[in-house]
Amino acid sequence: MNRIAQLFKEKKNILSIYYTAGFPQLTDTLPILETLEKAGADLVEIGMPFSDPLADGPTIQQSGQTALKNGMTINLLFEQLADLRPQLSIPVILMGYFNPVHKFGMERFVEQCRKTGVDGVIIPDLPFDEYREKYEALFTQAGISNIFLITPQTPEERIKLIDKNSNGFIYMVSSASVTGTKKEISEQQTRYFKRINNMQLASPRLIGFGISDRASFQKACDYAAGAIVGSAFINLLNNEGNNPEKISDFIQSIKKTN
Amino acid sequence: MTKKKKYQVDDKGMYGRFGGAYIPEMLYPNIENLKAKYIGIIESDKFQTEYKNLLKDYVGRPSPLYFSKRLSDKYNTNIFLKREDLNHTGAHKINNTVGQILIAREMGKERIIAETGAGQHGVATATACALMGLKCVVYMGETDMERQAPNVARMKMLGAEVIPARSGNKTLKDATNEALRDWICNPEDTFYLIGSVVGPHPYPDIVARLQAVISEEIKQQMQEKRGKDHPDCVIACVGGGSNAAGSFYHFLEDERVKLVAVEAAGLGTDSGETAATIAMGDEGIIHGSKTYLMQDDDGQITEPYSISAGLDYPGIGPMHANLKDTGRGTFLSVTDQEALDAALELTQLEGIIPALESAHALAALKKLTFKPEENVVITISGRGDKDMETYRQHFGF
Repeated sequence: MNRIAQLFKEKKNILSIYYTAGFPQLTDTLPILETLEKAGADLVEIGMPFSDPLADGPTIQQSGQTALKNGMTINLLFEQLADLRPQLSIPVILMGYFNPVHKFGMERFVEQCRKTGVDGVIIPDLPFDEYREKYEALFTQAGISNIFLITPQTPEERIKLIDKNSNGFIYMVSSASVTGTKKEISEQQTRYFKRINNMQLASPRLIGFGISDRASFQKACDYAAGAIVGSAFINLLNNEGNNPEKISDFIQSIKKTN
Repeated sequence: MTKKKKYQVDDKGMYGRFGGAYIPEMLYPNIENLKAKYIGIIESDKFQTEYKNLLKDYVGRPSPLYFSKRLSDKYNTNIFLKREDLNHTGAHKINNTVGQILIAREMGKERIIAETGAGQHGVATATACALMGLKCVVYMGETDMERQAPNVARMKMLGAEVIPARSGNKTLKDATNEALRDWICNPEDTFYLIGSVVGPHPYPDIVARLQAVISEEIKQQMQEKRGKDHPDCVIACVGGGSNAAGSFYHFLEDERVKLVAVEAAGLGTDSGETAATIAMGDEGIIHGSKTYLMQDDDGQITEPYSISAGLDYPGIGPMHANLKDTGRGTFLSVTDQEALDAALELTQLEGIIPALESAHALAALKKLTFKPEENVVITISGRGDKDMETYRQHFGF
């Protein structure tokens, strides 16, 4: 069983943190991961920066631009993650757009994930059908999860298809938006969370986009296995850098139950 | 059964190994919906009647196929100019926007978004929206807003909201990113009216079909003027490649016709300041489509450069990528300077001031050789009014 499956088997109210590789400093990637594990994050998504991030709002866009300016590449990311295991035990997912991965070569990419101990991958613009046709066997063989997204607009039949073909979890986009939209969880969103929860899917779900604080995290946890915080954490890094104390405070402030 | 078409899109949305729909899940329902409906809408009698009426009475089609005697004498062949510059709003872009606006209306969409580079597609979209009474939002790179200021004013006068794209080099690529983000955030009431043969399937096919009127007319006009329904060569400029797609469309499967696409080399293909995607790019994914694009070793998309805002794009439509791969198309690149010289030449030989984009197609004449009896069609995709400031500065008028 890989580390992602293990986590979902053992824990509820999972807090996943997204941050961009090579940001704010080029060499921050692994140290931030260490800090996050110590601070009590359950799962981490490391963003691979891309010049044209279609699904991201200004916060993550800018962190990606900074990382690219710093000299971040996929090659370098795998070098930085060479010592990831066994010293850290937190499950790690790489998230990024298809073009850099395509350029790197999917086979090579999956092999590097396996070698460094990366557990899963999210590539939002890799079509579901193309994944199944060309890459599924590769991922399965390497024991790497490929995580799919669903949105409020995804038809029910497609959700079932995605559920059947998921391993790890389903990434539930909380509303029709790009990342970093900071609003309270609306009635409409709650209805969507309930609707999906009532579908009795086999795969656990994490809710992402617009989760920024304890209130939104708790709300998400009412209807899913947990949630993903991205832009709010990038904002913290932007202001404080890799500051273990501040990062720990941030994680605790979100996880703290009433 | 008609003969299988080698250079058209297949039923999976691919042109050979290019095309497809590489989009995040947020856009999937919209793209599926469009995919399911577009052929039915475009081929319906209702659409065809309305579209053809608009092209005739509103756009002013057919556009003339003008025999350019003085240019023909100079290059010792028969040169015809397909005058898309004479269309309403001054370029070929309106052929596509009046068609897509009818599709949007048929699908019950109330809000139209678009990206624009030179501003020609933005103006054509704002025009179609004004005509149909639909809300219009145009994304335009901040750099382009400065160098194409008259078109910004036109869009605003037409009632469109123009939103500056401030990421990257602040040009067409960045405007397209912003338009896609808007569509992600407004999936239900909004129609994304793409201006070129780029983006996820079915957009390249939609735009190609709507621009196909250019080559449909060329066929008829060649028949009338020369007694045969095809020229020997068609030349058009390519950024994303919509006027080229339209100029080639009805000749794609007719191998008697040489198809020449002209890219913007900027300061030169090896200068690092270029938009010549076929010359400098390799396979990748940009704006939802697998095609040639300019990128670095890490798969980061390279910022393009051309004096012509309409060609300043690091990708190219998947149809053209396939024309390159199969050898069906000939791809040339032309520098800023060569394009400027060609614009001046046409202006002073024929009294026609072309757009900087179209000037790239004209500059190809110096790079090709023709027989005296051959018939060559060059598409003048737009008029030069919007580029007068560049021409003025460059030539010192």
